[in-house]
Amino acid sequence: MSEITATYSSAIGADRGVDSGVDPSTRYFVQEHHPESSTLLGFWLYLMSDCLIFACLFATYAVLGRNYAGGPTGAELFDLPLVAMNTAFLLLSSITYGFAMLESQKKNLRATMIWLGVTGLLGLAFLALELYEFSHLIHVGAGPERSGFLTAFFALVATHGLHVTFGIVWLVTLMFQLKRHGLIPENGRRLMCLSMFWHFLDVIWIGVFTFVYLMGVLP
Amino acid sequence: MSDPHAKSAHAAHGAEHGHHGHEDHVDHGSVKSYSIGFVLSVILTAIPFWLVMGKVITDSSTTGFVILGFAAVQIVVHMIYFLHMNTKSEGGWSILALVFTVMVVVIMLTGSIWVMYHLNTNMMPHMADPTGELHMPSATHDATQHTQHK
Repeated sequence: MSEITATYSSAIGADRGVDSGVDPSTRYFVQEHHPESSTLLGFWLYLMSDCLIFACLFATYAVLGRNYAGGPTGAELFDLPLVAMNTAFLLLSSITYGFAMLESQKKNLRATMIWLGVTGLLGLAFLALELYEFSHLIHVGAGPERSGFLTAFFALVATHGLHVTFGIVWLVTLMFQLKRHGLIPENGRRLMCLSMFWHFLDVIWIGVFTFVYLMGVLP
Repeated sequence: MSDPHAKSAHAAHGAEHGHHGHEDHVDHGSVKSYSIGFVLSVILTAIPFWLVMGKVITDSSTTGFVILGFAAVQIVVHMIYFLHMNTKSEGGWSILALVFTVMVVVIMLTGSIWVMYHLNTNMMPHMADPTGELHMPSATHDATQHTQHK
């Protein structure tokens, strides 16, 4: 309702011109408020569809997770301290991204860049550990082709890892954009979208470490 | 008539978010909210790891349900403190999309698990539990035989 009213008033405001005493910020509100709002909502809808992809992979894992085909089980393969460290990296990167958002809100470019850099490094540490884990599993003959359990495991965890990889690519790109253009509204919007993406990945990881790793080692 | 409407809407909008610019209408949280979220997450992560690694509860299905409960709580904590979800953001459309997604996910997950577990039971009648309880026969045995035939 308020959107319609505002649009209507802006049309009138444009007709009358600024001389007639219309507050210019009224038009500013209409032009600036609505597009950004729809970008964030649109990005949220993307995340929800991503959520469905992960739900399919979780369902696959739930069905195939105990089909070891005579091969190694989760209890034999999973190294929980390593998973705990990975979880810590991702959780820490979530809060450092939060700090980057707070600094960008204060229009503090330098601090924003530093926190983004820290977030990126934590993301890289997460990826490095995960790649180490994957290469170790493949090395001991527990690659994705070994059993239904390992196929479902690799599909789910690697899809998450791929998301983190692209999150880091996005983060680095955004750092270059910030360096070049500063904290303009467009970059603020991009930061906001990446923030949602990054926190969303952390939410997915909660499901992964609980459902795959912790429940996988239970007898 | 329409101008005062727009202005008052705008004024209310500005008042809600204090000193933020016009482009900055989304709640980004504060150091406090992020810290609360982080501390809660650390606690909610540490307890499940401790439960499993320390083998605190002997019954594994009980442990499973407990750590799933912790995960659910932690997901809600992340949604509120990190993703800043509330019923008002984007005029309620975000929460509506979330509710819809959760509904689809729940139907899909419970449906898949329910159907597939019963499928396993029904396809191997000799392994079915006579009490009719939800029973997941070990597929290892069957799969091993299968590979041996090859």
